[in-house]
Amino acid sequence: MVLNWFPLVEVFHKEITMLPLVIVLLASMIKDAIEDYRKYQYDKTINFTKTRVYDKEEHAYVEKCWKDVRVGDFVQLQCNEIVPADILLLYSSDQNGICHLETANLDGETNLKQRRVVTGFSSQDTVFEPEFFQNTIICEMPNNDLNKFKGDMEQPDHEQVGLNIENLLLRGCTIRNTEAAAGIVIYAGHETKAMLNNSGPRYKRSRIEQRMNRDIFLCVGLLFVMCLVGAVGHGIWTGKFWEHPPYDVPDWNGNFVAPVLAGFYMFLTMIILLQILIPISLYVSIELVKLGQVFLIHNDIDLYDEEADLPIQCRALTITEDLGQIQYIFSDKTGTLTENKMVFRRCTVDGLEFSHQENDRRLKTQKALDLDREDFTKLQHFTLPPMNLGRAATVKPSTMRPLRRCQSDRARTQGHTRSRSVGRRDSSQSQVAFSSPIEKDVTPDSRLLRQVREAALQTESFSPFIHMKTSTSFTDFFLALAICNSVLVSTATAPRQRVTIPPPIKPSGITLEKIHQIFQRLKLASLSQSFSSSQSSSQLGASFSAKNTEEPLAVLESCDNENDSSASSGGQELQDKGSTEIGTASLDEVFRSATNTSLPTDFCYEAESPDEAALVYAAQAYGFILVSRTPEQVTVQLPQGTLLTFDILYTLGFDSVRRRMSVVVRHPLTKEIVVYTKGADSIIMDLLDNSTKGNISSDKRLKRIKERTQKHLDYYAHDGLRTLCIAKKVLNEDDFQKWANFRREAEAAIENRDELLIETAQHLETKLTLLGATGIEDRLQDGVPDTIVSLREAGIKVWVLTGDKQETAVNIAYSCKLLNQRDTVFTINTENKETCESLLNLTLEEVKKNYEYDKPQRKLFGIIPTSFSAPEAPSPEFGLVIDGRTLDVIFQGGLEEKFLALARRCRSVLCCRSTPLQKSMVVKLVRRQLKAMTLSIGDGANDVSMIQAANVGIGISGQEGMQAVMASDFAISRFKHLKKLLLVHGHWCYARLAKMVIYFFYKNVCYVNLLFWYQFFCGFSGSTMIDYWQMIFFNLFFTSVPPLLFGALDRDVSAETLLRLPELYKNGQNSEIYNLSTFIITMLDAFYQSLVCFFVPYLMYKDSDIDVFSFGNPINTISLLTILLHQALEMKTWTVLQLVVMICSVAFYLIFSIIYNAACLLCSPPTNPYWIMERQLKDPIFYLLCLITPVIALLPRFFIFALRGTLGASLVLKAQQIEKLPKEQQDLEIQKLRSRKEATSGAPVASPASNDDLDQSSSHLCVSPFLPSAAALPPRDTENQGVSASNPLGRRTHDEGCYFFNRWAEEESAATDSSAGPSSGHQPLVASRETAPGQDGGKLTKDYLKNFHYGSHRRSVSSVTL
Amino acid sequence: MKNKTNVLPREGEAQPSRCPDNTAFKQQRLPAWKPQLTIASVLSSFFLTGAFCLTVGVCLVLSANSVREIQIDYSDKCSDCSKLRENSSNWNKECHCSVNFTLKENILGDVFMYYGLQNFYQNHRRYVISRSDAQLLGRNVNIQRSYCAPFSTYRNGTPMAPCGAIANSIFNDTINLFYNHNSSVIQVPLLKTGNSWWTDKNVKFRNPESYNLSSAFAAGTARPPYWQKPVYLLDEEDERNNGYLNDDFIIWMRVSAFATFRNLYRRVRRVRHFTEGLPAGNYTFHISYNFPVTRFKGRKHVILSTVVWSGGSNPFLGIAYLVSGTAATLTGFVITGIHLKLRKKKTYFQRRCESCFICLQRSLH
Repeated sequence: MVLNWFPLVEVFHKEITMLPLVIVLLASMIKDAIEDYRKYQYDKTINFTKTRVYDKEEHAYVEKCWKDVRVGDFVQLQCNEIVPADILLLYSSDQNGICHLETANLDGETNLKQRRVVTGFSSQDTVFEPEFFQNTIICEMPNNDLNKFKGDMEQPDHEQVGLNIENLLLRGCTIRNTEAAAGIVIYAGHETKAMLNNSGPRYKRSRIEQRMNRDIFLCVGLLFVMCLVGAVGHGIWTGKFWEHPPYDVPDWNGNFVAPVLAGFYMFLTMIILLQILIPISLYVSIELVKLGQVFLIHNDIDLYDEEADLPIQCRALTITEDLGQIQYIFSDKTGTLTENKMVFRRCTVDGLEFSHQENDRRLKTQKALDLDREDFTKLQHFTLPPMNLGRAATVKPSTMRPLRRCQSDRARTQGHTRSRSVGRRDSSQSQVAFSSPIEKDVTPDSRLLRQVREAALQTESFSPFIHMKTSTSFTDFFLALAICNSVLVSTATAPRQRVTIPPPIKPSGITLEKIHQIFQRLKLASLSQSFSSSQSSSQLGASFSAKNTEEPLAVLESCDNENDSSASSGGQELQDKGSTEIGTASLDEVFRSATNTSLPTDFCYEAESPDEAALVYAAQAYGFILVSRTPEQVTVQLPQGTLLTFDILYTLGFDSVRRRMSVVVRHPLTKEIVVYTKGADSIIMDLLDNSTKGNISSDKRLKRIKERTQKHLDYYAHDGLRTLCIAKKVLNEDDFQKWANFRREAEAAIENRDELLIETAQHLETKLTLLGATGIEDRLQDGVPDTIVSLREAGIKVWVLTGDKQETAVNIAYSCKLLNQRDTVFTINTENKETCESLLNLTLEEVKKNYEYDKPQRKLFGIIPTSFSAPEAPSPEFGLVIDGRTLDVIFQGGLEEKFLALARRCRSVLCCRSTPLQKSMVVKLVRRQLKAMTLSIGDGANDVSMIQAANVGIGISGQEGMQAVMASDFAISRFKHLKKLLLVHGHWCYARLAKMVIYFFYKNVCYVNLLFWYQFFCGFSGSTMIDYWQMIFFNLFFTSVPPLLFGALDRDVSAETLLRLPELYKNGQNSEIYNLSTFIITMLDAFYQSLVCFFVPYLMYKDSDIDVFSFGNPINTISLLTILLHQALEMKTWTVLQLVVMICSVAFYLIFSIIYNAACLLCSPPTNPYWIMERQLKDPIFYLLCLITPVIALLPRFFIFALRGTLGASLVLKAQQIEKLPKEQQDLEIQKLRSRKEATSGAPVASPASNDDLDQSSSHLCVSPFLPSAAALPPRDTENQGVSASNPLGRRTHDEGCYFFNRWAEEESAATDSSAGPSSGHQPLVASRETAPGQDGGKLTKDYLKNFHYGSHRRSVSSVTL
Repeated sequence: MKNKTNVLPREGEAQPSRCPDNTAFKQQRLPAWKPQLTIASVLSSFFLTGAFCLTVGVCLVLSANSVREIQIDYSDKCSDCSKLRENSSNWNKECHCSVNFTLKENILGDVFMYYGLQNFYQNHRRYVISRSDAQLLGRNVNIQRSYCAPFSTYRNGTPMAPCGAIANSIFNDTINLFYNHNSSVIQVPLLKTGNSWWTDKNVKFRNPESYNLSSAFAAGTARPPYWQKPVYLLDEEDERNNGYLNDDFIIWMRVSAFATFRNLYRRVRRVRHFTEGLPAGNYTFHISYNFPVTRFKGRKHVILSTVVWSGGSNPFLGIAYLVSGTAATLTGFVITGIHLKLRKKKTYFQRRCESCFICLQRSLH
């Protein structure tokens, strides 16, 4: 461009030359300007938001704009205001010095967080006076860690107070439930943590663009060669003359340039002339096209989640086509594959398992109801489905609850709609997380309920000792569930109003005392059954209907009396049946009234993690209702209706190092200091009290409980449930005081405070007594197995990287069809480098053996497709399970390559127990070493690094906050959306963009070559036969819109077919449309076409009296037609839009040319195409030329297309042909294609349907071997019989499953087989395996035999757990 | 889908749902025509194209064959003249020569006389731009700033009229045609006007406004260096063919596309003997040889030709049509062959395939 400003080499007008660049730049400028303006508007509204800042002169708070807030200002905030800067909280209207924050703007979590006033200020009752603030604050430099803040405040008396994140109000948060708060600004403006966290959208470069850049370099090379040809040619041509001919015009001064110099000048001239070869406009076009693609993706109704009211969010605008080339998917498990909606499923207390079948059934019906409702019409809103009514009529209070719940109709109708997400749309609804009925309602297990009741009733007949134990365990278990968490309570009628003060029913001093007395008496009598005493929830439920708020105190009064009497009678005359009966009867009454009064509203729980909420709801179902929670106190309503307020002494929050949380409370009645701990089973089990205390029987009992619980836990894990262990510990006062001092020191420490805190926590959490364990189901999202199967068929390898433990992960993997029952699964768990290496080698060899065995066959099929005959035995597919420790060994020991070599041959890889860092390292490893396109999908903060490491990051806007979404390129709301996003949109975007890019290259090369060929006829002088305006407009207007439209709208295969034939995705994966060979072919084609476009007119007009521009005009027209027709050939979908644009392009060209040639006498001197178009339009030759040239130019391409069409070489073409067929035939054809595909690829030839059935039945049956109804042995186990050495871990759990089942059938024969026990290590349980087939009857033996036949092929190698 | 969204309660009307519109465009379901290269469409397109091209080709070839053309290279015919012109100092010496030729048959219809030049790169970039359209429009412009340099002004500042290299190097031979009819020599009447484009003559080229042409040019302008006479003396007989409006000048100013080209010089006026065209017989060109071509190894021709609807004598277009028509037809046959061969195989293959499939299903059930 600059070259054109030198007169010696000038080709065109300086001004004109700038035009294309200017327009290109202008287009991107406009686009950016609009974006910037929006940002500016947004900034302005933010900057000019008012807030109240203390003014020293006026001695009052004055309104100021946000932008004027400075560090050190005192800011006063009201309820529901947004915090303008990072503010150190110095005053809160809350009496406890607490300020509630909603951090949804920062992390998307809608639960409220508490912030405390800096110690020392909390005592102030008066309003904070900035005048008297004379402290010095020392804090760390601004950083972007939202969860850490360190600082000191030095008071005038040189006392230092530590500051932490608890004292800081972060910018962007909203003050809730606190009338007023004040503080000093610590960080303002861009230094705030929120701003530092906001890295803005990332610009990723897609693979096509990378390839494109390479090709642009090729184009530059081509340009260079062409220019060189021109320069050399011109040099030689000029040197030919010994005398300058009249047409060799000297320069301004009348001098001639030497040939060599002329050649050099010509080189520069040619660069200007041929620079159009470099498609600058391509960049802008690509951006525009991607905008269009993003718009279409964004608007896809199939990717819209109705429940969350969220369409897909495309945060990255530049990598749409990468979606079509994904080779590896790295998925998080929790929240991604699973819903992260925790549903309480089972629990084991005191070594007894409660399977909660009723709950199961309810969940199933709920699901069915959801489905029903979705199909039903509006009417359904007003009439409850009969099922529901039926259930409501039965004894389930929990199902009644939704009726009176804060939720709207919609939430009710929509099954598991989260009202939180609804709330976003409808502010009148409560904004409560985790409150769908499916999560909230737990139908108590009748057996457990009975157990609880019997515990009370059977006091007479059994020795009190045991029952005391059991009942306390039960009570403690549920108390722990209710207390040991960080759940916040709010009431439904007043959403967001935190219940901080226990309801009015909180008994007056007398009653509390009385209750206290009762308890003490009860305790004396070593009976605390009244805790858990027999309140069937039916009564509870029935009591709901009677609403009686008038007389709470009176009733309570009376109940207390009665309770008193009954308790005392219980205490004094233990065996007196009558009195007990009276007592229970009266208790019933008490409960009725008490529940009545204490549940005037329903409680909504806001938990930081969904499993906490699930546990609280479970506790609620058994009558242990969490009523309120403040930092100091937690109030729980017992089944009897009494309210117990525990003083919380310490809360040791959950962290990923300890993987447990504890609450230290003082029991209000016994005054004992109790530690309730809840945590991962493996951790808790290690922390249990193992010391023998002399009492052999109780030791034995404890041991048995532990073993049983462990067994149950293993079964839960096998069943895909999340397990948590609940334990307790009673501290004596001295120990606690000692520890508390410790703790305080740690809290006060400035350096390595975190480590100290963890250390103190660990110190406390030892010697626990196991109470029980819970199994929470992490429900698989809708359509996950289907999606995974499709993705796999599409040739995408799905890896699951999860922090969960191996058993859970493996089971989820089976249930979502990531692993198949037929697969050979290698498990590598080791901490030793050498072992790891040898294991990798071993497995690799094994896998390779299979591969080599397979390969020649495949090739055979590939070459001679007719030769496939009898279906070969299905080749085994491999799965790899690896854990975090092993990954560490691999990464540190330099075994990456071996690992990859193995992993790439495996169908799926499962990394359990991996940290976020490991996740991202795995992704990076695959991305870098295998040069593969990777996609990460996850929903939580722990997936962020993984999402960022991958080529395409997808965030699931789930329940774990917004961090993943913030880091992602695309945010979807369900995993199943991935299927359409990749298979349809990915394919389309890739195909469209790839074709468009290639087309752009073609277009430019084709057009520019016309000019180049002309140089051979004009002495390489840089002449053009086309007027420059027409030349510029050619690229800018005449041929720019159709490819854009093509890039945005073309559909080579319809969405339905793409979804039905996932193999079509491989097209993009292998970059079939745009790679070096297609690029070269297209270039050659472009050369050919330009040759035709030039030489046909040339030969036509040779030796005639044609002038330069009359010669150029038909060429221009012809090339326009050729280029557009080429586009038309490429286009697979013709909508009205495309047709119109196509016609418009030609029409616009003609009209423009006509007007330009008629109106412009002196538009672009000295070249003057006046009246040429008009004249040629009268010339038949012009038309004849325009007809024949495109035909000749496009004939070869059309011929190849036609050949391909006839031969049906590619799958895409076949799919296109299939689409033409009627519906039924389509199905048949697709079926045929798929079956052939499978046959040729050596996969099981069995029809996919039957295959699926097998899998489904097996997994279905395996879900609950505990159920007595599951009479048949899971086929999975029979399958395993054939496996010579299958994964011992997996099998162990299988065996235990069966074993358990058998035992359950016998109704708990308490004897534990030590060899089958969990502590017995990983030895396969031979005996039970052998007996298993015998038990399932003859019906299955046939299957077994069949499976055996298969099994011989599924030789699993090994899994060594070291 | 739509139903479902309607079913939802409308409490949140104020904040409309973020559900995307279910329109055909946004859901990419616009009704579309999907062209498919089925065997039928492919074959029909090939054969139709072939047939069409062949027909047009035949017509074109026939019409091109009807063109009569005579081309005479006279660059060496007047050897002394060409030698004379090699030295540019002899520019003002006149040189005449005559070239005889015989027409074996009549050339019927309009006969056009062209002069042809070979190896004269009128399309050279610096040559092409070396003109001032504004000056040729009769406007009084400062040609110093135009692209005419170095042929814009003389050293003393007098502008050239017309300026630029194109005008300077105008083809200045005069060619006259004589018909030797029964030993009498008849000058063939030639039209020197009406040869250029109407728009050129009437729009693109204008003489400067003045009461008289010579005064318009003589004052302040000078002839280009290679010219023998000033621009206002180009045609002293016809005022409307003089100055910038001279047809020969206009035609020369329309720079040709290739180094070998012809320009229309005269048309035979169809009067008396020549009403039918040029009768057969002996003819003589009387040429005033002014234009030097030997310096750049150029050639000069004089051409007599008729014109048909499809242009001149160039048969290329017809051949192109014929060739591509043949190619298309042949390809059509090839594809038919391939298709037939494949179909046999395919049906065989498919039958086997289906039978396998059925067997499989049976064995599974």
